[in-house]
Amino acid sequence: MNVKELIKKYDGKAVVDSVSFEIQKGKVTSLIGPNGAGKSTVMGMISRLVAKDAGIISFEDKDLSEWKSRELAKRLAILTQHNNVQMKLTVKELVAFGRFPYSGSRLTAEDNAIIAKAIDYMELGEFEDRYIDELSGGQRQRAYIAMVIAQDTEYILLDEPTNNLDIYHATNMMKIVRRLCDELGKTVILVLHEINYAAFYSDYICAFVDGKVAKYGTVNEVMNKETLSKIYNVDFQIMEIDGKPLSIYY
Amino acid sequence: MFRKISSKSWFSTAILAGVLFIFSVVSLFVGVIDMNFGDLFSGGEKLELFFITRLPRLLAILCTGTGLSVAGLIMQQLCMNKFVSPSTGATLSSAKFGICLTLVFLPASLTTIWTRAIFSFVFAILGTWIFVWFVQRIQFKDTVMVPLVGIMFGNIINGVTSFVAYKYEITQALSSWETGHFSMVLRGRYEIVCLVVPLLILAFIFANHFNIVGMGKDFSQNLGVNYKFVLFLGLTIAAAITASIVVVVGEISYIGLIIPNMIAMFKGDKIRGTLVDTALAGALFVLICDILARIVIFPYEVAIQLIVGIFGSILFLFILFRKLKHGRKAIRLNKKEKGGESA
Ligand SMILES: Nc1ncnc2c1ncn2[C@@H]1O[C@H](COP(=O)(O)OP(=O)(O)OP(=O)(O)O)[C@@H](O)[C@H]1O
Ligand SMILES: [Mg+2]
Repeated sequence: MNVKELIKKYDGKAVVDSVSFEIQKGKVTSLIGPNGAGKSTVMGMISRLVAKDAGIISFEDKDLSEWKSRELAKRLAILTQHNNVQMKLTVKELVAFGRFPYSGSRLTAEDNAIIAKAIDYMELGEFEDRYIDELSGGQRQRAYIAMVIAQDTEYILLDEPTNNLDIYHATNMMKIVRRLCDELGKTVILVLHEINYAAFYSDYICAFVDGKVAKYGTVNEVMNKETLSKIYNVDFQIMEIDGKPLSIYY
Repeated sequence: MFRKISSKSWFSTAILAGVLFIFSVVSLFVGVIDMNFGDLFSGGEKLELFFITRLPRLLAILCTGTGLSVAGLIMQQLCMNKFVSPSTGATLSSAKFGICLTLVFLPASLTTIWTRAIFSFVFAILGTWIFVWFVQRIQFKDTVMVPLVGIMFGNIINGVTSFVAYKYEITQALSSWETGHFSMVLRGRYEIVCLVVPLLILAFIFANHFNIVGMGKDFSQNLGVNYKFVLFLGLTIAAAITASIVVVVGEISYIGLIIPNMIAMFKGDKIRGTLVDTALAGALFVLICDILARIVIFPYEVAIQLIVGIFGSILFLFILFRKLKHGRKAIRLNKKEKGGESA
């Protein structure tokens, strides 16, 4: 996936300003940056949920706008930051919607197997017949992630997937991301606020500040004191654990 | 798919269908002219009567009950609001306005039931679309505001209708549609209401699409579902169902509001799982109300709208109080989530 000179304006103000980057296929890329930096907006544009004002997004060597929406839904899935929770759907019914682009309303045995596996991945077995509006925030977040996993796409976009998750489930989530990438060859793009998760589990990091790409590179290129302090305006210390950079901020 | 749940869900459907069947038979044999099962085989006048009034009446009742409740279900799902329905979403009043216009502006030779149906259909769709467009524009997601706007909008349309009717002196003619009743349902002038059947089948085919659109625009797009198309399709189906009912039996309120809510309380919001139950429960509700309407002041009958109004408002209050309780819980969850995101 290749993005060139992407621009999005709200009320005349550019919230995403000439953003260009290339997503490496089969890798995990994390988008980081302060609140309001434009991460979700970029995610929205590269998944056709948000209309762009200018720029080029090419997906699999074809302009994103030329893709049929239904076809794209089999190649690229996105978990948005905010999700509607008013419907009384069970976890299983929600996850089953992930198969909609493939089978429409008629689920095959294969679909059911994939749904069961996604529920298993997110450790939702005991909740599968519960209504999503009666779950805790984290349980619900996991149900939505399971749906995206059931969609079984080459590209998986997750906007703050660890939102609401406790340490156990957040870590589990990141391990799943790694497995999706390493074992199934998927390309994962994440928005993360926990920099250390980004450092530990991703291959590339793209840092946004004020609608611009402040730094894009491998984990080691981005995870250094100067870069991070500049991005977040907070003092950083970088340590190394297991050969991976770990940041401490205060 | 879900063994445990689905066996239970078939159970409720079967019970509803069974009870509906019993009441249907009862309905066929309630009336001023005494009729029993044997008369159907002896032929003659009574058999005539059966096919001219009793059977049409039953079919019209079944179509009305299933139609209005499913129209309400679709509208609630698409508007993401449990209190939207043909009567609280300007659909019914727009349909009546269409009928009023045919009475005023078309020459008598052209005011057949078909032209009335077409006019009420067109206006029902327009009214519903404008309402939904407005609601989406304003973007207040306050649960109670949306139907309040719908009711206000509907009242404005009703006001215009009354004004036009008054000015052209057709108030008398129009009153037949103001309070719905089945007493004028006779062979030859009720068949349009059967349009509800193909529309219901269409609704069932698109049930999952409606569910997905009900989860929001981003959710739909992610799954490759054309949000606008499905939204318009669903609203058009709901409006068409409403119009074909209004033109035959007139306005009946509450059904589209209470029945889908009652069923959802027990069976959730997955339309594929609730559509049949909603339709059956709607038919049963109207059928029972109609039987009551025919026996309370026997040998006369009251307009069914009156009976539906009484039971409907009681059930509506019940739902409202439950929703308020449940709503408090939902609000608290939302707050917690917002806090989590901004933190
Ligand atoms: N629909 C909208 N209308 C107007 N402004 C918007 C809209 N969506 C986003 N913005 C603005 O665009 C900017 C970028 O928003 P975005 O959601 O992309 O930030 P973000 O990087 O995802 O932040 P966060 O970490 O808080 O999720 C913000 O200043 C926001 O106010
Ligand atoms: Mg965001």
